[in-house]
Amino acid sequence: MPFATTRVFANCCASSKIAEKMANPLPQGTGELYTDPTADHAREWFAQKPRAMVDKVTTVKEAVNRLIHDGAYLAVGGFGCDRLPTAVLHEILRQKKQHLALAGHTATHDFQVLCGGNLTGRGQTLTRVEIAYVVGLEARGLSPHARRVLESGTVTFTEWSNYALAVRFKAAAMGLPFLPCRSMLGTDTFRMSGAKAITCPFTGAILTALPALYPDVAAIHVHEADRYGNCRIRGTTVADLDLARAAKRLLITCERLIPNDDIRADPSRTAIPFYCADAVCEVPFGSYPGNMPYEYFSDENHFKQWFAAERDLADLQAFLDKYIYGVKDFHEYLHLCGGLPRMQELRRQEFLIA
Amino acid sequence: MTYNPMELMICCAARLLEDGKTVAVGTGVPCAAAMLAQRTTAPNLVIFFEAGGIAPQLPTMPISVGDSRTFYRGVMATSMADVMETCQRGLMDYTFLGGAQIDAYGNLNSTMIGTDHARPKVRLPGSGGANDLASLCWRILVVTNHDKRRFVPTLDFLTTPGYLTGPGAREAAGLPPGTGPYRVITDLAVLGYHETTRRMEILSLHPGVTLDQVQANTGFDLGRREPLQTTTPPSDLELCILREDVDPHRYVIGRGQV
Repeated sequence: MPFATTRVFANCCASSKIAEKMANPLPQGTGELYTDPTADHAREWFAQKPRAMVDKVTTVKEAVNRLIHDGAYLAVGGFGCDRLPTAVLHEILRQKKQHLALAGHTATHDFQVLCGGNLTGRGQTLTRVEIAYVVGLEARGLSPHARRVLESGTVTFTEWSNYALAVRFKAAAMGLPFLPCRSMLGTDTFRMSGAKAITCPFTGAILTALPALYPDVAAIHVHEADRYGNCRIRGTTVADLDLARAAKRLLITCERLIPNDDIRADPSRTAIPFYCADAVCEVPFGSYPGNMPYEYFSDENHFKQWFAAERDLADLQAFLDKYIYGVKDFHEYLHLCGGLPRMQELRRQEFLIA
Repeated sequence: MTYNPMELMICCAARLLEDGKTVAVGTGVPCAAAMLAQRTTAPNLVIFFEAGGIAPQLPTMPISVGDSRTFYRGVMATSMADVMETCQRGLMDYTFLGGAQIDAYGNLNSTMIGTDHARPKVRLPGSGGANDLASLCWRILVVTNHDKRRFVPTLDFLTTPGYLTGPGAREAAGLPPGTGPYRVITDLAVLGYHETTRRMEILSLHPGVTLDQVQANTGFDLGRREPLQTTTPPSDLELCILREDVDPHRYVIGRGQV
């Protein structure tokens, strides 16, 4: 794949394999790693990453074009249908980005959207997925097209758990090559992952070693950001504080741009500091059709439309043509979905104003 | 009052949750059970959602484990790692899980149906947080419909650990000692696990259900714990609270089955 580090990493793995087997008879997952956990390689990347506090405000179109490359490993913030950077996902399809790898850390509507770029006549958006949770949209059921994509044999995947992926982001955010945890042991999930069991050097306990996950690019939707990329999040942060720090490139969409003075007036509220961010895009209602805590609830009717369209490939193509490929940007999509009146209804639902 | 199987299952689940304990729940039945427990026998039960919501005062049933209801008037909205690490430290008493398949040792499959991992016949979501919660919480509760398609001799994929291959297997694999499957609540019976063999056994039959009926709907041999009980049906009070307060829109109880 297009990143030089992948090759270096493969070589370093092969040379250490034999020594490792002799010293460590504990179980190892058979799953391939799609990213390089080497902390020093990550340091080389972060050494050259610009950290000046400069204006990063741009359009989603420009940011996706500049920051998300074919073959890149992508991680998406939020929790499936909650605080989702939907505009970025749509733009990935519009720009026909190819052969992405994805961290499937409760990837629900995000996975559903990206699967729209597979088997629908526009190449292949997704090639590899590290699965903790995909295909399902929780209580809403299984996405027919996401199933079609994963059952087609055209995408390779490995298995993890939600916490395992969160720990992998955390290891990367700490600048480490791995972290231990106590889940996944004894299961097929472990067997089909890239984890390795290790013995604790202090207590002798068996632990799961999880390789650091430094995504090539992450997209996170937040409530507020200043033009430099200092971000505020309300509600649960899921894995986003670590993800923002683990990612080599970070694309921020926000409900609202706020003045830098507001950030400085209460720095305790900053969840993500500016030097993590590479682009800041103001996208009001940017988590639609997902939920944005304290802003608007999810649009369950629109999710039902997605599910209905997905049953038949021709219907799905028409649906994607209408809502994604046929519109200029996310704003036009919102307009097609009912525009401001619909958003106001969803705001009332969020605030339980029946 | 008459009741449907879903209402009975929720009541059975709620009664298992002790006051002052902690529970990690998902949407649907587990959430309804925890809410019912809070309104009956366990007012100080603390509810956690894996996406980071802690001790919400749930105004309605959440749709997602991460939606804004899961921390509505909560004490904290934190990260997934914080919640999972609370489990890893040994502070989470219960969790509720489900799956497409369960075996005699309480292992669960929510990953795939079929034999070829790369080309599954049916691709299911995967572990999500289930593997983590089953590894790290003290007691695992499962609520599921009871049929041979679900209660299988061999899982197509072992997503989430029960007692793995039997006594001592969890500890040998490195999972925290003292954790493991506790109860399975189905539309036919309440089941537990034998103290030494760690195999599933029937604890109580729901009213009107026979032993043969339960065994006929199970793909492996079930033991039974004597004396076999009959499940106490939902009380009028439980049903009232469930229908009027917990799930007035009948999102969960309206389904009748899991």
